[in-house]
Amino acid sequence: MLSFILRRLGVMALTMLCLSLVVFFLVNLEPNLKKLAISQLDMRSSAEDLESWLQTNGYRQNFFVRYGQWLGVMPKQPNVDPATGVASPRFAFCNEPSEARFSGVLQGDFGCSTKFKVPVAQKLVPALGATGLLMFWVMAVMVPVSLLIGVLAGMREGSRTDRTLSVASITTTATPEYISGVIFTVIFASWLGWLNGSAASATNSGITFYNFTLPVMTMAIYGIGYIARMTRASMVEVMTQQYIRTARLKGLSFNAVVLKHALRNALIAPFTVIMLQFPWLLTGVVIVEVMFRYQGFGFTLVEAAGNNDIDLLLACSLVSVFVVLSTQLVSDVGYALLNPRIRVQ
Amino acid sequence: MELETIGVFGIVLGVLARFWPVWLALGIILLLSLRYKKMLGLYGHLFDSSVGVAGVMICFFWLFTAIFSDIIAPFDPLQQIAIMKNALPGSIDPGTGQTFLFGGDRLARDVFSRTVYGSQIVLIIAPAATIFALMVGTTLGLPAGYYGGRVDSILSFLANLVLAFPVILLFYLLVTPGIRETAIPQWLAGFFFIFPIVFFATLFYTRFSGRPRLLAVQLGLTLLIGGWVYLGLVFNADPLGIISISANQLNIFVAVVFASAPGVFRIVRGLVMDIKTRDYVAAAQTRGESPWYIMLWEVLPNARGPLIVDACLRIGYTTILLGTLGYFGLGLAPESPDWGTGIKESSRLLRAYIHPALPPVFALMSFVLGLNLLADALREQSLKD
Repeated sequence: MLSFILRRLGVMALTMLCLSLVVFFLVNLEPNLKKLAISQLDMRSSAEDLESWLQTNGYRQNFFVRYGQWLGVMPKQPNVDPATGVASPRFAFCNEPSEARFSGVLQGDFGCSTKFKVPVAQKLVPALGATGLLMFWVMAVMVPVSLLIGVLAGMREGSRTDRTLSVASITTTATPEYISGVIFTVIFASWLGWLNGSAASATNSGITFYNFTLPVMTMAIYGIGYIARMTRASMVEVMTQQYIRTARLKGLSFNAVVLKHALRNALIAPFTVIMLQFPWLLTGVVIVEVMFRYQGFGFTLVEAAGNNDIDLLLACSLVSVFVVLSTQLVSDVGYALLNPRIRVQ
Repeated sequence: MELETIGVFGIVLGVLARFWPVWLALGIILLLSLRYKKMLGLYGHLFDSSVGVAGVMICFFWLFTAIFSDIIAPFDPLQQIAIMKNALPGSIDPGTGQTFLFGGDRLARDVFSRTVYGSQIVLIIAPAATIFALMVGTTLGLPAGYYGGRVDSILSFLANLVLAFPVILLFYLLVTPGIRETAIPQWLAGFFFIFPIVFFATLFYTRFSGRPRLLAVQLGLTLLIGGWVYLGLVFNADPLGIISISANQLNIFVAVVFASAPGVFRIVRGLVMDIKTRDYVAAAQTRGESPWYIMLWEVLPNARGPLIVDACLRIGYTTILLGTLGYFGLGLAPESPDWGTGIKESSRLLRAYIHPALPPVFALMSFVLGLNLLADALREQSLKD
């Protein structure tokens, strides 16, 4: 088991390395660098101005050298003014070493955000906290609801409850966040006026039922259908097992059989499914945060991508890839622990 | 100035009347399908369950809407009639006497016509991208599952690499105006679009290599048609000028294929690993058939059930992805009538006007729902067999 986890961690590190290289390549394409330079200077700058800005700020160094510096395996050179010979930081808002040293992601330095004009960590950490809060509430709504729907539907296969709930869950899988967001906003904010159609106030003045329900609902609904269907399939399978029949034949009531015998076995598969929902949830986070103007990770990602904020975008990709890969690992390990019939080699 | 409206009842009747070619076509399809149900195999079985009928009908509805867009839509999707700005549903345009059935949007365009024309974009890109993703995923998934070992490790690692990327980040990196200035979309397109040609060439070669004349015809046709489409799509240099694709559409197309091919790969790989242990595969191996013959002619046909179901779900998922692209304003032109762009435009103004938002929302939702219902009915059928 331990060697399995270690090997997976190794693959994970390799994957993150490859992906960061790909992202680094994409954000450093010539048009993207131009875009960055324009956003840092102004629209009317001449081509020479842009070029010299890129030159002085080190964007014209060798690609692999720069990747190495970002990663922290190559020393970061101080930005020395050729006229005076004094080392000055590239960006005034960011501490930069005045002598060459290793300062990259491996050392915990994620660089500077050119869009928000702060060090990346200072921007990313609060954003992740805000998104974590959103995720927590989404999970708190999504998991119990979907498990309940799945168990109720799968308890008696083919019954009317089963049919109704199945069609309902198929419907929710056909409503991505930007659809349900619009529908819910129209119903609850425009018509009924119960809820706030924007979560912008949640960032500053804390979350309330009034401003946070719509984002949470919108995000939860897309996942509910999928998890419920998986739970139903798992429940249906469990209900046909011999031990369920035995329990029924020895005279236990249907409810007792479902609660004591079926439920625990039926919930193993949904565990994996819930864990594997994270990549989808990340996309959902981006849509919901943009739609409801909530300043979290997704919002930051869109801002970073829209302005080609290289360091921030790289950090965002690292975080999201890390989340995806680690939830995959947790789901595999958890599945093996929960289901004694599975053994990892 | 107050515009005349035709009332709720008038709107319902007007919409129903506008869709007359679709109702006609649906009626004919339904009659024919029920009449010849017995002869239609899997498709005929769909009509046994209400879920199946609903799925088929919704999908056909949008298909015919896309085909007959020019007849259904009263206005051009880009035409702006200044007086109709933010007009309420059912308002009558004093100039032409035509009705804005679902009202006008903030640029004074007819929401109904835009939704109808939007179906064309979705119904061309989503199925086509899914087919390409299926081809790429299948061509790579077959050897990975069949050979296992190093081939499998490398391909799976690459697939997991793409899958570890959140889709939205992938789109933000791959679908930008900047990237269209580079040759990357062309490179990717050149790489992906070669797969169908390779797939069909191998398919025919493995089966008919003993019959050179038939093989020559088939390979010739594959290369001719494949090469023609390839030239048109990748280099935008179709000698006949029929197939052409604009740079931003190619960009979207490639990004969607890129995002969904690894999923197909994983499914095909899993199916092959299961099927290759069957007796008929062992029999073919004993006969001395080549590995690619076994993969393409023994394994693949037996994996078709789950693959068809997956294809249905995947078209729906691709539609959602296209909507996401439209919602974030990536790739598609800002005035494009597709549903995602429509939702983006109108969701910003929800506080003031809700009517421009609802038609594209329900259009996208119903189309994806139709595909999901269809997939569900198909799965049920394939479990029965």
